[in-house]
Amino acid sequence: MSMLVLIGLLLVGGVMAWLAERIAVNLSRWVSLATVTVSLLYLLGIISGLPEGSLQLTPDPGDGSSWLLYLHIDWIERFGIALEMAMDGLSLLLVVLTLLLGLVAIASSWSEIEFKQGLFQANLLWTLAGVCGVFLAMDLFLFFLFWEVMLIPMYLLIAIWGHEKREYAAMKFFIFTQVSGLLMLLAIVMLAWHGQKVNGHLSFSYFDLLGLPLQGRSGWIMMLGFFIAFTVKLPSFPFHTWLPDAHTQAPTAGSVLLAGILLKTGAYGLLRFCIPLFPDLSAQFAPVAMGLGAAGVIYGAVLAFAQTDFKRLVAYSSVSHMGFVLLGLYAWNNLALQGAIMQMVAHGVSTAALFMMAGALQQRLHTRDMRRMGGLWHQAPRMGACAMFFAVASLGLPGLGNFVAEFLVLAGLFAVQPWLTAIAALGLITAAVYSLWMIQQTFQGKPDEQRSMSDFGSREMFAMTAMMIALVALGVYPQPVLDLAQPVLDGLHGLVQDSMLVAQVRP
Amino acid sequence: MAIWLIPFLPLLSATLLMVSTGRMPRSLTAVLGAGSVGLAALLVALLAQGFLADGQVREVTLWTWMAVDNFTPRVAFYVDGLTIVMMSVITGVGFLIHLYSIEFMWDDESLCRYFAYMNLFVAAMLLLVMADNLLLLYLGWEGVGVCSYLLVGFWYRDADNGKAARKAFVVTRVGDTAMALGLFLLFTELGTLDIQPLMVAANANWQVGDTLPIVATALLLGGAVGKSAQLPLHTWLPDAMAGPTPVSALIHAATMVTAGVYLIARNYQLFLLAPPTMQAVAWIGVATLLLAAFTALAQHDIKRILAYSTISQIGYMFLALGVGAFASGIFHLMTHAFFKALLFLAAGAVIHCLHHEHNIFRMGGLRTRLPVVFWSFLIGSAALAALPFTSGFYSKDAILLSAWEQPDIGPWLWAGGLLGALLTSIYSFRLVFIVFFGEAQTEPDRQPGWRMAGPLLLLCLLSLIGGWFALPLSGVFPENGHAQVNHSVEIISIATPLLGLLLAYLLFLGRQLSIDKLLASPTGQALKSFCLSGWRIDNLYNALWVRPYTNLAHWWRNEPIDQLYNAVVAASQWSHRTLLGLQTGELRWYATSMVFGLVLLLAIMLRNAT
Repeated sequence: MSMLVLIGLLLVGGVMAWLAERIAVNLSRWVSLATVTVSLLYLLGIISGLPEGSLQLTPDPGDGSSWLLYLHIDWIERFGIALEMAMDGLSLLLVVLTLLLGLVAIASSWSEIEFKQGLFQANLLWTLAGVCGVFLAMDLFLFFLFWEVMLIPMYLLIAIWGHEKREYAAMKFFIFTQVSGLLMLLAIVMLAWHGQKVNGHLSFSYFDLLGLPLQGRSGWIMMLGFFIAFTVKLPSFPFHTWLPDAHTQAPTAGSVLLAGILLKTGAYGLLRFCIPLFPDLSAQFAPVAMGLGAAGVIYGAVLAFAQTDFKRLVAYSSVSHMGFVLLGLYAWNNLALQGAIMQMVAHGVSTAALFMMAGALQQRLHTRDMRRMGGLWHQAPRMGACAMFFAVASLGLPGLGNFVAEFLVLAGLFAVQPWLTAIAALGLITAAVYSLWMIQQTFQGKPDEQRSMSDFGSREMFAMTAMMIALVALGVYPQPVLDLAQPVLDGLHGLVQDSMLVAQVRP
Repeated sequence: MAIWLIPFLPLLSATLLMVSTGRMPRSLTAVLGAGSVGLAALLVALLAQGFLADGQVREVTLWTWMAVDNFTPRVAFYVDGLTIVMMSVITGVGFLIHLYSIEFMWDDESLCRYFAYMNLFVAAMLLLVMADNLLLLYLGWEGVGVCSYLLVGFWYRDADNGKAARKAFVVTRVGDTAMALGLFLLFTELGTLDIQPLMVAANANWQVGDTLPIVATALLLGGAVGKSAQLPLHTWLPDAMAGPTPVSALIHAATMVTAGVYLIARNYQLFLLAPPTMQAVAWIGVATLLLAAFTALAQHDIKRILAYSTISQIGYMFLALGVGAFASGIFHLMTHAFFKALLFLAAGAVIHCLHHEHNIFRMGGLRTRLPVVFWSFLIGSAALAALPFTSGFYSKDAILLSAWEQPDIGPWLWAGGLLGALLTSIYSFRLVFIVFFGEAQTEPDRQPGWRMAGPLLLLCLLSLIGGWFALPLSGVFPENGHAQVNHSVEIISIATPLLGLLLAYLLFLGRQLSIDKLLASPTGQALKSFCLSGWRIDNLYNALWVRPYTNLAHWWRNEPIDQLYNAVVAASQWSHRTLLGLQTGELRWYATSMVFGLVLLLAIMLRNAT
């Protein structure tokens, strides 16, 4: 039940935040803050109440008790659809990240939103609810439902509170996600129908659909349906073009949520559904997927360097970083998978911080054009130091979380595809080029002495410091995250152990 | 003793300084900045004393960094004789430079930021040399790279400084990426990155001359040439002189740029399995030392001369490594740290006292005006030129001798090194004669105080007597006893720098010889500008890499991929408009089309039926 309570909290909190605006204009953001904090505390309370050693259990698909939390309530029995949700270490990690970045999103838009604050906060909380649902749903129909639930409020966030080209960007975001979501829906229905032929009963449960013998054209169609839906979200080259527009036009909180969390639902979907449901096809498809990953790493980095808009630059850097996730997932060995999961967390934090920086700059300078910045260090040294920190984090400085992630991915990938690793490693150079160029254009160079600009205040410094500490912690002692993910990966390895995926890795 | 305190102290101090964001009193900033490194130096001295007494390798594990399957790099230190030497240089010379910096940087508004970066650098450099595994070494390696970037671009208001800083970082990152691939290869093949077990595993699994060790060492060498500014990745170092001069002394002369030498020496067993790589190391060393020495002859910026000279001297270290004389390479690393730090600090004093003048032709006659600086510079140059009985003499001599003894290619390497020694002597004393003799061009407006003079004097002493230090390296590297000292070779080695000194005197002070006429000719002009530009290698790289990359970025700027999706949009809009044209609202038109449709359908059905 607790998982439903968690999602319910966020949904109801959203409604309350909306209504709170009628009492006092600024009350809604406090309600929103309280809702996310309570949800987080509630979740942590439940986790700490679990019996000792649960976090080390390998989740077994057939056994609900081996999961941290498991829920099964019959819903639409005629079609075998149930409210089936489960939480393992991976879901826990991502839900905690979601709620933490939810706090960051609220903090980053604290004084940015000037109209319809209540509705804004409501949409923010509903997005969080949808994302949490995506990370917890184990019934594919329910999963699809949450997939849509997170999309619509995000669309509204961009379309209503976005910047100058918000309608175009919101529409593009919506169509890309919707079309690919439709492909996934078709794949889900086909898969359930296949399951009925094999198992004898109709079910949308992930656990019932695992291990189906899926080959031939219909297998490929289903696999690609999932793959495209998830790689549009990730986003992977060549489905990424919605992202720069959506990120750039979204309000700061929207960008933080998009980059920090929504992209991770794509990676999560690949890891939880696409590969385990279709292990053999995924093995055959892996070279293509890894090729797309490497292409994304390079392409995103080159385009990031070409940008003049601060937010667009960060958006393209996300494309580049998510390429590493795709590489890690399809290399499918423990090292690379751990790296991919680590990248989800570390990139979530570092990019959220960079978008917060972009929002802060725009609020102060009323522009995102870096050609009109320069020498800002002089006026705002604290902002400069934060920007420098997150820039070197995103170029993969050892000692920070992003390095652990990229190193693990590449080290794991090397055992599978040494040449592709060499190509992807070029991303380390190109990342340095765009990150340092970004710093040069904004904070270095000759300051404009006439410009007056306030430095970070204590609220902003608090959020930034928290994220810096998180990245350093992930960088020097990533073990808690790795330990949380390892049982999940063991379980996944168990699911695909008879498939061709295993064979591609050298012993 | 807690070894972890040694890197931790500067790290703590850097953190405090950063958190204070300049709100600390300047004197406290200075005390903290220099004091933390001084304390670390004291601890290193204690550690060295203990090590010299018992010769025990010290290993400390702090925690397991990460553990995934058998990939379990630890945050752990491995301190043997080689590490002790490196740590002593880093903290000892580092402390003197920090002390000097207090006076040099006192008037700068960002004193706090300066010391924060410097301390962070020292911490990262210590981690680099103390790491017991290659991943932690890589952390230090990248850490010093970032600190170098931050310090080269320290005066951020000038966009040129930022450009130099980015160039330094990106060019070395090219090497670092090769090195990272080397780590992946080593881990994939041998299953560990812990250096000592790695050496054992390499020797157990690989034969001398196998492909894998050659590839692995070549990749590591990529990292080494980047960091140590050797061909073909040396171009960042001369530009890196944009940073404050003490930074150049610490990072771009004494410590960071020698990290590549350390890397190869630390993994020497791996390199011994790959003779082709070893030969490449030697040839890279010779080529670099000659190219840089020629280039140094033509420069007129005092710091750029020293920068090229650093590249050239590291070339000697690479030569030593390449011929298997690891201990000689490290010995030269140490003496070079002394005399090159001395030269940079002395140059900094000249610049400091001469209103930030960098051009040597606008100096002159400083011998009497800045006597302390003059003597420092003279001693430093003598050691750099390897005049007899200075520290540079002993270390360079050992390298040339080892090169000579190399079979087959030995005499060639030796001849290259010898020519380099001649050039070194000429450009060193050209610098001394032009800056400190002759007529004064600019009057100094101040004299260095004790915080600047003190470190200079101590480094003078070290540059003179450093050649007599016995380094505790016997347990680290294999002994390669010199078969027999070849006396004629020895005499030539001694005579060459003296010849260079004589030539420099005749050319630049006595003026008995003149190359003015040669330089005035078109060929001379072309030659001079060729040398001045560093053999146009920057232009080459701009044409090969920088411009194609920026052009590509410019070309892709508008998302070629998105054009594809835009085409879909355009197609649907077109069909929308076209189909809209059918909807006329006229009943007759609808009825006609229905009839035609019906007829068409019937025709198709009838055709199918038959």
